[in-house]
Amino acid sequence: MKEAGETNTTTERSLAQEIGTMPTGRPGDVAVFPYLVYSEFLAALLCSIVLMVWSLTVAAPLLEQANPGITENPAKAPWYFVGLQELLVYFDPWIAGVMMPTLIIVGLMAIPYLDTSTNAVGRYTIRERRLVISHFGLGFALWWVLIAIGQFLRGPNWHIYWPWQDWSMVKNPEGAMWDFPVWVGLPLLIAYFVGGFVIPQKRWPWLLERLGTARYVGSITLALLFYGVPIKMLLRLLFNVKYVLVTSWFNI
Amino acid sequence: MASSRTDQFRRKAVDWITTSQLYRSVFRHGYADTVRNRALEVTSNAFLHLHPITIPAHALKVRFTFCLGGLTFFLFLVETVTGVLLMFYYRPVPEYAYADMKTLQYAVYFGMILRNLHRWGAHLMVVLVMLHMLRVFLTGSYRPPREFNWVLGVNLLVLTLLLSFTGYLLPWDQLAFWAVTVGTNMAAATPFLGAEGPFHGLLGVNGMNDARFLLLGDVRVAGSALLRFYVLHCVALPLVAGVLMVVHFWRVRKDGGISRPL
Ligand code: HEM
Repeated sequence: MKEAGETNTTTERSLAQEIGTMPTGRPGDVAVFPYLVYSEFLAALLCSIVLMVWSLTVAAPLLEQANPGITENPAKAPWYFVGLQELLVYFDPWIAGVMMPTLIIVGLMAIPYLDTSTNAVGRYTIRERRLVISHFGLGFALWWVLIAIGQFLRGPNWHIYWPWQDWSMVKNPEGAMWDFPVWVGLPLLIAYFVGGFVIPQKRWPWLLERLGTARYVGSITLALLFYGVPIKMLLRLLFNVKYVLVTSWFNI
Repeated sequence: MASSRTDQFRRKAVDWITTSQLYRSVFRHGYADTVRNRALEVTSNAFLHLHPITIPAHALKVRFTFCLGGLTFFLFLVETVTGVLLMFYYRPVPEYAYADMKTLQYAVYFGMILRNLHRWGAHLMVVLVMLHMLRVFLTGSYRPPREFNWVLGVNLLVLTLLLSFTGYLLPWDQLAFWAVTVGTNMAAATPFLGAEGPFHGLLGVNGMNDARFLLLGDVRVAGSALLRFYVLHCVALPLVAGVLMVVHFWRVRKDGGISRPL
């Protein structure tokens, strides 16, 4: 290797041209060193500054020592789980705390196996992927809205407290709630799922055609389960419905 | 040029250093800015060699990735370093844990800033990993052939949340205790496997053998839960997350580099 005196005899431009002739390179490619490595370094530097300033100005919380005898009211989960905790208002724990997280994880992992199109990859476009992006966007938004409600609007006994309201103010318990009788609830649920599978097939026949049976069933199942969440929330908020279906083993 | 004297001096110094045995034993590439050296700077470096030598100009655009995946990884490193330092000052037993936090904050030099960096770094990592997922989604980068890397990513998302959650208990204050009590109560609601879940009677599941007991090592959050969360937080979860990250990065390359428009 001849090194001494070799310094900078080539200009950036001819270096760039040469990169195109490298085994891994194609015309227009750039060298990872220095370009990508420098960007990464700068990003890390910027991130460090933000984190350092944050840590210098805001102290991490430390309350009284843990005491099983004194219940915190409200006892909030860490913010990233507060969205699930907020769902406990609308669903029993086995749904909000177990089924939902499981379905979210499974649903997320299933996305690439349900949406297998290879169009519009590698760039931001809403227009060409309206369908997929609108459903995912709604889910993502709901996640953050629930977190915001749980984190900022919930006070003692999980009542809604607006930011300007004092937590010492006593709130009335919610009004009486009612359940759908089984002969209403069960047919409604069945209608929701059957209709959910049949109606899109009737209205948009190309959907089943394009996806195939397995992907169609998978996508619709996940979508119906997901839209069940805001629907149940609305039933509760607008009509004081506690359960859609009551059985002797579980309630929905 | 006016600076020819200093220039000459600089060149001499650089030559002297870069031709020394010591320098050459560490760096397997020359100092001069040549295409060959640019390639070697990546391939002969254990850390950089996860990168390809060249990338399409598109992959360099900050407004494509916003560096979100890279920064998530960077924060994982920050958490590892600050976490190891915190371990010097912390004992995971109810008798000491809270007192150790107080000592850290009031008696250890830079203790408070160390704790803040670790805590806020964790929050930032959770935010960034969610945004990274959003960016991957919006650019359609989960589509074939990158399906499996998306699945690995979802696992990393879950691990990031679990890392954060297990760490939340360790300060052993009221905030930690009740947040984890609320969270782990959910395990008791698991159908079949939780003492308060539907159908738990079928398998003879009760409070002493259900999913929550497995998590806490007890019927309530107490000493065993603190130890379990500590071991998960400091050893088990970081190891698994670290391994999955390596596979995640390796797959980015095997799947043809980060996605780009046709
Ligand atoms: C600890 C968590 C994670 C780390 C450290 C990480 C890191 C990275 C890095 C460094 C890249 C290279 C490009 C970029 O920076 O955007 C990347 C790409 C990718 N990540 Fe992640 N990631 C994590 C979590 C996730 C999650 C949660 C998902 C999705 C659910 C995901 C899916 C992907 C996919 C599909 C790619 C390829 C993107 C493309 O080709 O454009 N990752 N990841």
